[in-house]
Amino acid sequence: MIQMLRWIPLAIFLILIVIFATLSSQFLTVANLGAVLSQSSWLIAVAVGVNFVLLTAGVDLSVGSAMYLAAVTVCLLFPHQPVWLCMLGALAVGSLFGAINAALIARLGLPAFIVTLASLFIGRSTGLYFSSTKIVYANTLVADFGRGTFLYIPTVLWLAGVATAIAWLLLNRTPFGLYVRSIGADAVGARRAGVPTRATTLSVYILCGAFAGLGGFISLSQTSAASGAFGQNSEFLAIAAAVLGGTSLFGGRGNVWAPVIGSILISTVQNGLALIDANPYAYPVITGSVIFLAALLDSGRSRLQARLERRGMRPESNSPGPAVNPIPTRTHR
Amino acid sequence: MITSGPRLTVQGLTKSFFGVKVLDDVSFEAQAGRVLAVVGENGSGKSTTMNLLTGVLRRDSGTVLLDGRPLNPRSRRESDEASIAFIQQELNIFPNLTVAENLFLVRPPRVQSMLPFISRQRMHEMADNLLRRVDLEVSTDVSSGTLSTGQRQLVEIARGLAWEAKVFIFDEPTSSLTAREAAKLFEVINRLRQQCAAILYISHNLDEVLSVSDDVMVLRDGKVTLRQECKNMTANDLVLAMVGRPIDALFPQRASTRPEPTPVLDIEAITELGVLNNINLRVGRGEIVGIAGLMGSGRSELARAIFGLDHYDAGVVRISGKQLPPGDVQARLAAGMAFLTEDRRHEGLMMDASVADNMALAALPNFTHPVGKRIDRGRLVKAIADLMTRLNVKSGDAKSTPVRSLSGGNQQKVVLGRWLLRNPSVFILDEPTRGVDIGAKQEIYRLLAQLADAGMAILVISSELEELIGTCDRIHVMRQGALSAEFPRERFDREVLLRAAFGQSYAA
Repeated sequence: MIQMLRWIPLAIFLILIVIFATLSSQFLTVANLGAVLSQSSWLIAVAVGVNFVLLTAGVDLSVGSAMYLAAVTVCLLFPHQPVWLCMLGALAVGSLFGAINAALIARLGLPAFIVTLASLFIGRSTGLYFSSTKIVYANTLVADFGRGTFLYIPTVLWLAGVATAIAWLLLNRTPFGLYVRSIGADAVGARRAGVPTRATTLSVYILCGAFAGLGGFISLSQTSAASGAFGQNSEFLAIAAAVLGGTSLFGGRGNVWAPVIGSILISTVQNGLALIDANPYAYPVITGSVIFLAALLDSGRSRLQARLERRGMRPESNSPGPAVNPIPTRTHR
Repeated sequence: MITSGPRLTVQGLTKSFFGVKVLDDVSFEAQAGRVLAVVGENGSGKSTTMNLLTGVLRRDSGTVLLDGRPLNPRSRRESDEASIAFIQQELNIFPNLTVAENLFLVRPPRVQSMLPFISRQRMHEMADNLLRRVDLEVSTDVSSGTLSTGQRQLVEIARGLAWEAKVFIFDEPTSSLTAREAAKLFEVINRLRQQCAAILYISHNLDEVLSVSDDVMVLRDGKVTLRQECKNMTANDLVLAMVGRPIDALFPQRASTRPEPTPVLDIEAITELGVLNNINLRVGRGEIVGIAGLMGSGRSELARAIFGLDHYDAGVVRISGKQLPPGDVQARLAAGMAFLTEDRRHEGLMMDASVADNMALAALPNFTHPVGKRIDRGRLVKAIADLMTRLNVKSGDAKSTPVRSLSGGNQQKVVLGRWLLRNPSVFILDEPTRGVDIGAKQEIYRLLAQLADAGMAILVISSELEELIGTCDRIHVMRQGALSAEFPRERFDREVLLRAAFGQSYAA
């Protein structure tokens, strides 16, 4: 059953592809599918970061504001600077933003939901203050970079790929990854086992901010401009992407591929809706349904897991075997 | 490596909480290659001692030497590094991680000591080695959630081996193991002993203590009252040292012949596919009926089905002739059924709420004004005060003391009180004395007898055969989801019951 649930997002994905392909002849073209991937690259970067937070059973609602702050900083402070400096700037702003969240959550012990909800508003309005609520523009170097390719593959996809690779390494090949997943399963137990829970929680929110900053940079380089609504609602898309792909909202369960697959699925939906000329008011309905579906799948998975663990009658008591005296007889020395 | 003599030397360990001495000048030695049992009632200072040794708490005074070097851990992590493995009742195994990841959670083997990257291959090799040492045959990359409790415990012991622990502390290790798993555990403990580890073994099961350990230490009110070799000791000696007086009548007298009781709880052919198989059971007015069986035989599942927490596929549950729909807890509550779950920490109690709030929770509808349904505070407070004295709950002010601060025995009395406040006619109790000290146990047994004498129909599920033999009028043995045998009081016999629980093929 759990195995079947795992394939549901993929099944939906295929069904959607069939529907869009029949409704629009442009949908199933190499150019369009490439465009879907490019369009999903910023979301992949953001969702991969949020994925870390979700794995610790936490939540970060502020990534959209981190994206916006990163974009505003790059536009206002670096009007002529090279791409690498702009990217570092975006990463730095994102990390700093994440660090503030992290300090409040891990140091002061405030609930992540409230802290990041507050920083969502504070971050957005700080950005609006600096941009005077006007649209800000990226320098031409950044804009050219965003439309460029490297080895036939769009540069933005390279960035998303590198972000995913780094996340994979962190999660699967470092002690940090183990710490993250142990905290998600049982934070108290993890501390008891000697896991540096506070340092790990701090790192997780800083990382999430950094990845959001990168997502902001990618998105900015593609559109070369950021309005006051830049990155808005992306926190929900990022969480939905990770959960759709199989990361649990309840912590502990999930992997790096979950946010990647979920992000591509969501941008496919958005791309398809645009191609078939759907009513713009239908977009939020569809996106909302996707989020709902993600949550439904996740709770279904978790409930099944719990039931299986409870129902699993101990096979031992059913199997015949030799007589066992639970208490050994021993002569004392 | 020391192969004999004292491994852990504790001198004059003292600890106070808010001016109350909970440990007073405790001294003992744990020898290499020997098992030292630590017994005592709840609240006698066993847990505090272990928490001091493992850095969960800091001591006020006293010295602890490990292999002659002073030991002063400030956290679990430091005590781990100092080679003390603490296997707690609640296992510290993460179900979402693989066995190997659990074994090397804190310090996984690296590709190269300078790089921060884990070497999966080395991790699995090392894990394989460790599992072999505890005789656990599972793959190291299987998710730990699929392991049984006994297997998880072995993983936790292997984790201790991973950092070459010299001292192993077991806290009630067999409390949730099947008989077979327990036998395996004892084998492994024996092996640890041969490898010259010092082992501290905490348990409430005195027979087990006497057969597993080499030495025993008894704590009472934070002081050591007995410290000697187990040789020639009896459980009664231990009890005497624990409570300071012999408990002759742990179980209350029950009239041996009783008039044929009228059935109150009547269960007919209950079947839950794969879990319960055609269960027929009757509990009469004033009768205490016990259900024995191995862990995993379906005892708790039966109780949950009767109480409506789980759906059953076929069969009927009646209270005083009235049929109740499956899976409907509210109907059962209304019909006067009560259910004490085996897991009071997760299902029974609100740990941070007060004693009074916890007791009142289930009974509020019984204490409302007829008009407007306001809660009748006065009547409720009085009823709770009455129950507190009747149950002998030892706590501070009932309205302000959080349940978390009570001992296990007193917590259990609070749960009992909650149900009694409703005046049930049928009471199902699943492991009513688990984790409860011997004094509170006795009080609970007395209470059950009183309730039955007052006409309540009582169904008790327990892993402790002595408990069932001492309190019940009839015992059913459950095996593989079915009731396999029934014994009236005059045919109670520990060995026969145990044999029935294991099934005929197990007959020795």
